[in-house]
Amino acid sequence: MENVLLSVRHLRKAFGEHAIFEDFNLDVHKGEVVVIIGPSGCGKSTLLRCLNGLEPIQGGEILLDGEKVLRDNTSITKMRQKIGMVFQSYELFPHKTILKNILLAPMKVQKRPRAEVEAEALKLLQKVGLADRKDDYPRQLSGGQKQRVAIVRALCMHPEILLLDEITAALDPEMVREVLDVVLSLARAGSTMVIVTHEMNFARAIADRILFIENGKVVEQSDNPKAFFAHPVTARARDFLKSFDYE
Amino acid sequence: MDFAVMKAYLPRYWEALLLTLKIGWQGVLLALALGIACAVVVHLKIPVLRRIVGAYIALFRNTPLLVQLFFLYFALPKIGIRISAEVVGSLGLGLLGGAYMAETFRSGLENIAPIQTESAQSLGMNPVQVFGYVILPQAVTSSVPGLLANLIFLLKETSVFSTISLMDLMFTAKDLIGMYAKTIECLTLLVIFYLVMLLPVSILGSWLERRLRYAEFGN
Amino acid sequence: MPSLGIEVLFKGTNFLRLLGGLWVAVRISLISVAISIVLGIAVGMLMTAKRKLLKAVFRIYLEIVRIMPQMVLLFVVYFGTTRVFGWNLNAETAAILVFSFWGTTEMGDLVRGALQSIPAIQHESAQALGMNPLQVYVSVILPQTVRRIIPLSINLITRMVKTTSLVVMIGIVEVLKVAQQIIEANRRVAPNAAFGVFAVVFLLYFLICWPISRLAGYLEKRWS
Repeated sequence: MENVLLSVRHLRKAFGEHAIFEDFNLDVHKGEVVVIIGPSGCGKSTLLRCLNGLEPIQGGEILLDGEKVLRDNTSITKMRQKIGMVFQSYELFPHKTILKNILLAPMKVQKRPRAEVEAEALKLLQKVGLADRKDDYPRQLSGGQKQRVAIVRALCMHPEILLLDEITAALDPEMVREVLDVVLSLARAGSTMVIVTHEMNFARAIADRILFIENGKVVEQSDNPKAFFAHPVTARARDFLKSFDYE
Repeated sequence: MDFAVMKAYLPRYWEALLLTLKIGWQGVLLALALGIACAVVVHLKIPVLRRIVGAYIALFRNTPLLVQLFFLYFALPKIGIRISAEVVGSLGLGLLGGAYMAETFRSGLENIAPIQTESAQSLGMNPVQVFGYVILPQAVTSSVPGLLANLIFLLKETSVFSTISLMDLMFTAKDLIGMYAKTIECLTLLVIFYLVMLLPVSILGSWLERRLRYAEFGN
Repeated sequence: MPSLGIEVLFKGTNFLRLLGGLWVAVRISLISVAISIVLGIAVGMLMTAKRKLLKAVFRIYLEIVRIMPQMVLLFVVYFGTTRVFGWNLNAETAAILVFSFWGTTEMGDLVRGALQSIPAIQHESAQALGMNPLQVYVSVILPQTVRRIIPLSINLITRMVKTTSLVVMIGIVEVLKVAQQIIEANRRVAPNAAFGVFAVVFLLYFLICWPISRLAGYLEKRWS
């Protein structure tokens, strides 16, 4: 199929004897937003970590733009520049200001000129409503603000694809919205994303495609999230979705 | 107490303080350099070297400085290695301090969550960049309280220099007591001079520690 | 290869004398540690008290001990107080006094740290179960602190052993002094004895302190 950006073929991932994925396949198209849901421990986060080489894989291959993601030193740093990742726990660098957090990698890794990156960083900070906090340290920000900075930091590298790993799971409920709004606007602007989340309403709103994973297997997937959430086909998905309401 | 005597002794104490500071300063610098180098070796698990560093740390953390100095000063010349007392002082202090600093830096490095490394890697940094821009600066900052404690510990340890006939504060006090038997005056000056040397370091240390704790980055 | 002089230690009772010297230092350490642990627990508990005056007093005590070299304290007590108060203090008693004075603050600080590291919510949840303050202390707080304190107090032993080597400076005949005597006595037959003998002293200290540090490290890891 055309314009496949990221492709996972026959992925095998195991921790020792315990296999998480046996033969996992996934194609993500350019501009597509894939949302992965499933019970805790089903391997969603592990999958994202495999995609940018944070986890070694035991078989199969991962291709970005037809190029293999390999864990050897020189090629992986190049690949990771094209794959942005945002973590549940933000992982800003606590010893650097907000602006310096954002500038560090574009300047040191991509060797881009400061003026250019800084102008871009400020524009993006403006967009997420945090331009006035650029000289603060991460500890001075709320969780929601930190997470928005983490997204900007990833964006400034001009990644071809963004991986979002439960980015609202550590946030107070009233801060979830401000972060998800940022992600929604990215989706509308055509960013390619793979999102792992427990926010079902958000998943329904943003997904081009929903993947329901259990025990390392895709149990159900759908190109029509509204239909999926309203009438899941498989019993497993139905049970899983039921666990989110109290009626 | 005879203040006139104390005043007369002042220049000798002053000289001794300067000598102590000079040797102490050199020793501390050596300790810092050795400590960082050893901590990095242990942290990066460099084969062979890490065993040697481990043995060095164990050896120097588990023996008294006094015994280390005796060995450097009296024993080494017997196998043809002659070092001046001043160098033995700095070297001994540096070797002892290096072992302590290494442990402090190492625990500083260990305190940084592995996911910080992953976050830096995700931005495309290579291992050297991850270490230099993200891990090391955080490790150094989180080691500051430990480093200050080591600094005070090392400056206190300089009091054994007199045993290898360096004319430090202890030596001077002992010497003057032996000559003129003005025990109280000499000991009072000794205490005052150690206070002069260490109180500022201690106050500066607590101030710095408070500031750091206030500025503590932590998420 | 020239002799390195270790053989002088096998002459007569030389090695036993060396060990005897070591025991003098170790004995002083053990007595001081025992005193320090008992007093330190009391001091540590008092340091967590909220009384302002008490806090200030301990603060000063801690600060003095923190910045005064043990050797200076040793001199002040052994040479100074005997002068001022005119009493008779033998060197070993002076050493035990000084090292206990020092060790008590160290131990006290460890105990204070351990007690304060128990989150307040532990007190509250115990109180919420209807326990009185004594019950809270005995059945909830102390058991949690003991595990933190044991490895640290074992470590105090090695620090004490290392520090007591200083007693040679107030004329106590301990291992370094005996070593010097042996070297002196054999200066003709074994001119290089300083190397062998001091190397052995170095090693002896290591053999005492290292296993104790290892034990402390092991317990710390296991109980953390």
